[in-house]
Amino acid sequence: MPLELLESSDLDASKREGLWTLNFGPQHPATHTTLRLVLQLDGEMVIDAEPDIGFLHSGFEKLGEVLDFNQYVTIVDRMNYISPMANEIAWHHAVEKLLGIELTPRCKYIRTIFAELMRLHDHLLCLGTCVLDLGGATAFMYAFNEREYIYEICERASGQRFHTSYTRVGGLLYDVTDDWVEMVRAFIRKFPKAYRDFEGLVMKNRIFVERTRDVGVLSREEAIAGGATGPVARASGVARDLRRDEPYLAYEDFDFDICASQGGDCYARFQVRMMEMLESVKIIQQAIENLPAGPIFASGTGKETIPDKREVYRSIEGLIHHFESVMPNRQMQAPLDSVYAATESPNGELGYYIVGDGSFRAYRARTRPPSLLHFSLFSKMIRGCMLSDVVAVLGSINIIAAELDR
Amino acid sequence: MSNENSSSSGALAEVKAKLAETLGGVTLAWSAFREQDRVDFPASELLRCLNAFKAAGFDQLTDLTAVDLLEFPKATDRFELVYVLLNVESGQRLIARTYLNEPDLTVPSATSVWSGADWLEREVYDMYGIVFEGHPNFKRLLLPQEFQSFPLRKDYPIKGRGERHNFPVITRAES
Amino acid sequence: MATQINKQLGDNVFLTTLDAAASWGRANSLWPMPFATACCGIELMSTAASKHDLSRFGSEVMRFSPRQCDLMIVAGRVVMKMLPVLQRIWLQMPEPKWCISMGACACTGGVFDTYAVVQGVDRFIPVDVYVPGCPPRPEQLIRSILDLQEKIQKGGTVNAREFKLRILPEGPNRFDEDELIRIRERNGFKLDDPKYDPVH
Repeated sequence: MPLELLESSDLDASKREGLWTLNFGPQHPATHTTLRLVLQLDGEMVIDAEPDIGFLHSGFEKLGEVLDFNQYVTIVDRMNYISPMANEIAWHHAVEKLLGIELTPRCKYIRTIFAELMRLHDHLLCLGTCVLDLGGATAFMYAFNEREYIYEICERASGQRFHTSYTRVGGLLYDVTDDWVEMVRAFIRKFPKAYRDFEGLVMKNRIFVERTRDVGVLSREEAIAGGATGPVARASGVARDLRRDEPYLAYEDFDFDICASQGGDCYARFQVRMMEMLESVKIIQQAIENLPAGPIFASGTGKETIPDKREVYRSIEGLIHHFESVMPNRQMQAPLDSVYAATESPNGELGYYIVGDGSFRAYRARTRPPSLLHFSLFSKMIRGCMLSDVVAVLGSINIIAAELDR
Repeated sequence: MSNENSSSSGALAEVKAKLAETLGGVTLAWSAFREQDRVDFPASELLRCLNAFKAAGFDQLTDLTAVDLLEFPKATDRFELVYVLLNVESGQRLIARTYLNEPDLTVPSATSVWSGADWLEREVYDMYGIVFEGHPNFKRLLLPQEFQSFPLRKDYPIKGRGERHNFPVITRAES
Repeated sequence: MATQINKQLGDNVFLTTLDAAASWGRANSLWPMPFATACCGIELMSTAASKHDLSRFGSEVMRFSPRQCDLMIVAGRVVMKMLPVLQRIWLQMPEPKWCISMGACACTGGVFDTYAVVQGVDRFIPVDVYVPGCPPRPEQLIRSILDLQEKIQKGGTVNAREFKLRILPEGPNRFDEDELIRIRERNGFKLDDPKYDPVH
C-alpha cells in the first residue's frame, strides 16, 4: 500500500499554488510512536496540517468485548503506556460504577497514590522527551532517573515494573507492604530536589522558553468546542479537573490545588504539567501518611470481586469463592445497562462507556481517549507556526499513539 | 431501563424545561442509572435535538460512540448512537442516545454543533459504518482506506478475515 | 630469526581472518534504528537512559534515519497500516543489517490477537534475535544486543555471504490460524453459531 497524498479540505486550488507538501512520520523521532502529519508549507511556515492516524490501531475495543472485566485490565494497561496504571484505575472505576461496588478506604488510598505517581510518571516523560526533541538530551536523562524510582515502586507492589495489571474489580491484586510505604516516603522526600534540578534545566532554559512561548496557541473557546480536557484545556483557561469536580477515589479527603493558566501556548501547557507534579506530591504525601488499615477488597458484593489471594491459598471457602468468580457460568452478572465513567488521567479525561449485557464481559467497552480529541485540535494549533514548532506542539499535547488509535 | 438512582436535581429540571420549550413535539425519553441522566431522542430529529442540547448549556461533546445491539438481549434496534455531553461551567453531564436500523444508516453530522465531533464521527464510521452527512472530511480514520469491513460490528470476527496477513514477504535474499 | 621478529614486534601482530576482523568491527559498532511503535519503545528509551545506559555496550548511537543504521529494533506491535512502512524502512537500510524483534507483540502479536495486528513481524521481514517479555526489561534488551554481537562475531563474513545462504526463515512452518477461519467461512460457516467461540 503506497502512502497516498492526502487532500486537504480547507484549501482550494488557487491558494494551493506555491505551497509544498511535507510528509512528517509515521516513523519520525518526534512522533515518539507512530503518527503521520501531512503538512502544507509556505517556505517554512505551516499553512495547514492534516494528521493521519491509525498506525497503531490494534483493536482494543474489540478485545474488550471478549475478555472479562478482570482480564481486560491487562489490555487497557497497554493503552497509555507512559502511565499504565492510570488506565487500570480508570477502567475499573468504570466497571465498579457499572456494578455498583463501593471500594474500601485502603484500596481507595492505594489507588490514589498510584494515580498520582502515574501523573508524575507521565508528566516527566512528556517534558523529558519534548526537551529531547527540541535538542537537549540532559533533561531527558534527569526525567528518566526519577521514572526509574517510580518503576521500582510499581514493581514492589505488583511484581511488574511496566504493565502492572494491578487493579481488580473491587480491589487490588496484592496489598502493599510496609517497606513499600517506606519506599514511597523516600521517593517523596527526594523528589523535590530532583524537581528543582529539572525545573532549572527546562523551564528556566532560555532556548526552551523561546521555542515554546507563543507557539501553538489554543484559545479557550476552541478548547471547549474541540473537547480538550486535562492539562491542555487547563492551560487554555478551562479550570476543570475531575479530581475536584467529580471526586472519585479518595480525592475528597485531600487538600490540593487545580493548576491552570491563561496562556494557551506550549509553554503554558508545560507549566501546568510542572505545577501539577508538585500538587501530586502533595496528594501522595497526605495519602501515604494517612493510609488506612483494613481489607483491600470490597466485601459483601458476592461474586463481583475475587477473594484475597491469601484466603484462596489457605481456606477452602476462599478457593471455592475464587473458582466461582472465574468460572464462565457462575461469574458475576453485570446489569443490562450502560454507564459512562471518567477519571482525570495525566493526559486528560479518560472515560469508559461500558454496556453490560448480564454476563461477566462488557458488551461494549468504549474508551474515550484524551489524545484523540487533543490531536484533532493539532491542525488548529499549528497553523501559522514554523516547521520547527511542529515538534514543540506535538510534545506539549503529549500524543500517545496507542491511546490515540487503540 | 431502570429508573433507580435518579439525580433529579434542580439543574436537570431546568434543562428539561428548556428542552421542552425548544423541542416542542419531539418525544424525549428520560432515564437515569447510577446517578447519570440519559435521554433517548428520535434519530429523525437528530440535528434539531443536538442544537437544542447545546442551547441548553451542554457546550462540550465529551464523547461520541456507537453500540452494535445485534446480540444484546431483547434489543429491538441495531445500532445505538451515544453522545456524551458536558456543561463545562456547571459540570453537568448528559448522555443522549438515539437508535438506528439498517439499511438507513445515515445521520446528519454534528460537526456544525461541536467541532470536536469531527474525528469522533469518522471513528464511528470506521468501526460501524454509520454515515454522517455534511461532515467536511468524511473518510476512514483509523483503518486503511481500502479496508472493506466495519470491525466493531458484532458479525465481524475478532481475528478478522485474513486482512492482517495480506502482505508480501521480504526474505533475506531480497533485502 | 623468529625470535628476532618476536622481539621487534612484540604483541603487535596477530593472525586472523578477514571475516573475523570485519565481524569484530561490525559487532561492536552497531547503530540501532529504533522502530518504536508502542510500549516497548518506552523501555527502549529507558535502556538508553541514565540507569541502564546502553552505551556501555557500544550500540547507543540511535539514528532515526534508516540509511545510517545497521540494526533495526522493532519495539512494539506492528499493525496492518504500519507494516508497509516497516518493510519500506527495512529495505532502505544498507547491508549488512540485522533485526531485533523486541517484545511479545513484535514476535508473535502478543495479547493482541485481533484483526488489525500482524502476528509477528518475522512473517514479513527477517528477524535475527527475538526478545520475549511484555515489555522486556532493559536488562533483557541489553542481553539481546550482546547475543546479537556474539552472533555477528561467530557467523559474519566480510562480504555478508551468510545472508545469501539463509533465504528461508528457519524452523518448521507454522500453522496459520487465519487459514482455519477462511476455510470455515468458505464452507458456509456462520459466526453466530453458538458452538463457535472465536476466543476460547
